[in-house]
Amino acid sequence: MDWVNALVQGTLLGGLYALFAAGLSLIFGIMRLVNIAHGDLIVLASYLGLVVVTATGMHPLLALAVAVPAMAVLGYVLQHGILNQTLGDDLLPPLLVTFGLSVIIQNALLEGFTADPQKMNAGAIETASVSVGSLQLGVLPILTFATAVGVIAALQWMFYNTALGRAFRAVSDNQEIAQLMGLNRRHIFGLAMGLALGVTAIAGIFLGIRTSFDPSAGASRLIFGFEAVIIGGLGNLWGTLAGGVILGVSQTLGAKIDPGYQILAGHIAFLVVLAVRPQGLFPRVSG
Amino acid sequence: MAEPLLSIKGLDSHYGDFQALYGVDMSLAEGEVLAIIGANGAGKTTLMRSISGLMSNGASQITYRSQHIGALRADEVAARGIALVPEGRQLFPSLSVEENLLIGGRMHRKGPWDLTAVFELFPILKERRAVPSTSLSGGQQQMVAIGRALMSNPDLILFDEISLGLAPIIIKSIYEALPGIVGTGMSAMIVEQDISKALSVSDRLYCLQEGRVALEGASNEVSREAISAAYFGVT
Repeated sequence: MDWVNALVQGTLLGGLYALFAAGLSLIFGIMRLVNIAHGDLIVLASYLGLVVVTATGMHPLLALAVAVPAMAVLGYVLQHGILNQTLGDDLLPPLLVTFGLSVIIQNALLEGFTADPQKMNAGAIETASVSVGSLQLGVLPILTFATAVGVIAALQWMFYNTALGRAFRAVSDNQEIAQLMGLNRRHIFGLAMGLALGVTAIAGIFLGIRTSFDPSAGASRLIFGFEAVIIGGLGNLWGTLAGGVILGVSQTLGAKIDPGYQILAGHIAFLVVLAVRPQGLFPRVSG
Repeated sequence: MAEPLLSIKGLDSHYGDFQALYGVDMSLAEGEVLAIIGANGAGKTTLMRSISGLMSNGASQITYRSQHIGALRADEVAARGIALVPEGRQLFPSLSVEENLLIGGRMHRKGPWDLTAVFELFPILKERRAVPSTSLSGGQQQMVAIGRALMSNPDLILFDEISLGLAPIIIKSIYEALPGIVGTGMSAMIVEQDISKALSVSDRLYCLQEGRVALEGASNEVSREAISAAYFGVT
């Protein structure tokens, strides 16, 4: 039964990783931009949530109402003001610029909040659990997983059922021809980054409730996000959820064998997928 | 004389160090159909890309409705009512046939063209509206590309290599559809390798040769000999 428990807990943990990864998957899928600062932007959203909660006393989950739009606006401005200038045939400039952004965010957070770990207090929900058979499942992990499924379903619906989704796919297919349709790719890219950072804000708030965070916490979140995206297949949002779940399950099963194996097991699962199926398990089919 | 819809003066276009167009002068009146002919590498596609904003030019080299559009982005040019049917169709592979058409109409310019009108023009597309655009034959893809451009209700439509790589029966059906398109008062520029077909649907023609205008004239007046001389660069 312990193994079943580890499997279920890992699946729920995968929801958090999918939230880490969804923004990465989105912006890579639309503009082929690899955002090295993504993990730091998640942590930035956690700090933003912390500031809102501290200043207003509101529940951390309610702070989403502030953090999501704020991060979305930041994403649009960041893309329009900086990242659009780096996009072109060469992949190196956006990598370097987002790496620089990562360093700036980390140091700014360090300056503003010190290196002390922080955490948001969500009250009883953090320890609440429900019994499913002989398993005890935490309410917060269930909520996190349900949110991840909801976010990915909403993004997927938007992609395939709205004019904005059509525009995202068209720009992703062929930027030049999309411009002939009257689509300003810089604006579309700005909207995509805004959407991605809106999702990142959700990931940051759940991260900040689940565990403590500090200004240097972004790097590991970036790695988990990357691994989930690559396991699932680049540019496929449901694949990203599957990738997050596989990563989470690998970690909890590894921890079941030996607590020291938790992180290692996730990396091994990632490397196995990369070796056996480099395009990921569910790559986006196009063309 | 009325102001031309489109006026090009001294247009130079470059790909890096390579110059593809040299001082091209051209004009197009409202409702007029121009044929652009020339051998491979003559600069026809470069001309289409320059007009549609895919290649940046000097601001004053291209004038449309008395406004300089040479330095505008392609989306800004499209918003002013110029649509390009690009060489090789270039449909969006992740979009269905209907979605390809809908994205062409996203600017909501007023005019006669909507999904219903496009489906009347090319009924096969209505049957295949839900399938991925890449699953269509080359001819059907060209119909989608034309429909996609029409959906923006342009005042000027540019066809780049309208029949290249298509089966003769498809070319025939596309040329049968053309009068229904330009008959709505739309102006057109048609890049075509088949000179006879180009002459049959156009009011005037320009022949490009190594990036320069080698010949211009009324399609029903220019002699075959003059076209041959301009096309092949023989004197």
